Amino acid sequence: MLHFIIILALAAAFAAIPAFFPWLAFVFTLVLAKGFAALGVAILLRAGLISIGHALFYAVGAYTVGFLSSRAGVNLLIPQLVAAAVVSGLFGLVIGLFMVRYRGIFFAMLNLAVSMVGYTLLSKLYTLTGGTDGLSIATPRVLGMTVGREAFEAILLYGGLGLAFVVGIVVHRYLKSPMGEALPAVESNEIRLEYLGIAVPRVLLFAYVGSAVLAGIGGAIHALIVGHITPDLAYWTTSGQLVLVAVLGGIGGVAGPFIGATFLESVRAAAVIYAPDAWNIIIGAGLLVVIFFLPRGLHGLIERITRKGERP
Amino acid sequence: MSAPLLSVRGVRVAFGGVKAADGVDLDVNAGEFLAIIGPNGSGKTTFINLATGYVKPQAGTIRLEGRDITSARPRDVTKLGIARAFQIPQLFTEHTVLENLMLAVAANQGFWRWQSPLGSPAVREAAMDLLTTVGLADMVGASSNALNEGARKLTDIALALALKPRLLLLDEPTAGVSTDEKFPLMDRLAAVLRERGVTAVFVEHDMDLVRRYADRVVVWNQGRVVADGAPDAVLTDPAVLRDVVGVL
Repeated sequence: MLHFIIILALAAAFAAIPAFFPWLAFVFTLVLAKGFAALGVAILLRAGLISIGHALFYAVGAYTVGFLSSRAGVNLLIPQLVAAAVVSGLFGLVIGLFMVRYRGIFFAMLNLAVSMVGYTLLSKLYTLTGGTDGLSIATPRVLGMTVGREAFEAILLYGGLGLAFVVGIVVHRYLKSPMGEALPAVESNEIRLEYLGIAVPRVLLFAYVGSAVLAGIGGAIHALIVGHITPDLAYWTTSGQLVLVAVLGGIGGVAGPFIGATFLESVRAAAVIYAPDAWNIIIGAGLLVVIFFLPRGLHGLIERITRKGERP
Repeated sequence: MSAPLLSVRGVRVAFGGVKAADGVDLDVNAGEFLAIIGPNGSGKTTFINLATGYVKPQAGTIRLEGRDITSARPRDVTKLGIARAFQIPQLFTEHTVLENLMLAVAANQGFWRWQSPLGSPAVREAAMDLLTTVGLADMVGASSNALNEGARKLTDIALALALKPRLLLLDEPTAGVSTDEKFPLMDRLAAVLRERGVTAVFVEHDMDLVRRYADRVVVWNQGRVVADGAPDAVLTDPAVLRDVVGVL
């Protein structure tokens, strides 16, 4: 219960801060985008699988919105988000059927390779994707209503926060189910799982598709808030950043990746103003502190507080 | 006479030049407790690996109630009713003892319901029953990584029991269990298996356990079955005493 109260308090603070610092609304919407995608990466990390290619699904979500907006003329927020999730999930299904056979470094590198193929296709198929110029995305209508840019950004931030809450509950339930609890079991003893009659590839495929859907939702939010997308969204550095966010935030709970994303994007935003040349050093130092002192990430702090608070 | 539960015919498998099974014919009859004895490296564990699909034979067939399972995967064999406990316990080290058991119970009932919690009351109760059966009821919250070897062994056996198998393959079930605990454990295990009508095959080096719990003994040496019969007869056979029991 204490854990839930702390998460609620953090979410309330997250919702309130942009009201006092409006320029942070944009940053916090990007936090949500990265948080969704990093949550997908974190699900796979629970099984000991590091994907250095999830930026591909992030880009698929973003380009689905881009195609709908600039090519198909579908400028409706909810259909764009749903389409981004579905298309990313389908990509995750097709690629996942191949990926779930691999473990360790092979899984990581194959994901990287596939994402870089995606990056190259997005860069070279100019007539379709706009090449390195990318695609521009118009502000979509919301529930059939045309809204101004400022109002749309507020809807995206608070709607995204609500979506994060709902998705967080769904993912939490999944992680507490036998299928979710089987993920760390894949890492600790895959042979025993097989000897319990459990099809490990099926367990991993479900997780992989789910993680792709989450990354796709994140990509869609990114596209909508920035209003312009380029192939860089699929580049390996974006994938690396998603892993960084997941590790920083911690994989012990669904809030972890969102906390990690808040830390990363806030530091980056502050650094743009105060230390534009030093933000990588600050992030690197933060990562070192987490690795040495918070092996369960920033979310581990909440776990510690919860344990202390609930101790009789 | 009824058809055997497990039937192995002409099975051959070799690792390099070492023959673990060299044209083995062996039947396991429903309801019996079959002990497999033999020197280290003679191929006893390979028999369990073959029967559960972990190792594929280079020749021969394996049938479960007439159904060919020679090429089946471990998870398929498990679904058909064969479970195993390992010589070196295979546990989920990230989970507690209770969570290990709940995963095994869930594997047998509604594993793919992703929106239901692992610790539902029915699953938790079944897991607790199993832990009580193997004498680990007071260790539910312990990390499986922190258990002593005996407790790890018991947890491993409980995982196999959770699958409600028809045939249970136990690889040295009491290795690592303290001398005082061996017979009480086997008494409990044998009672549960008899009560549930589970057929058991156990690889064993302890001849006292074999004499006390086996209905039938198979002697495995250099990939071959060299003796097969009632414990009293097999364990007094001079050739077995000289070539096998003497070197155990």
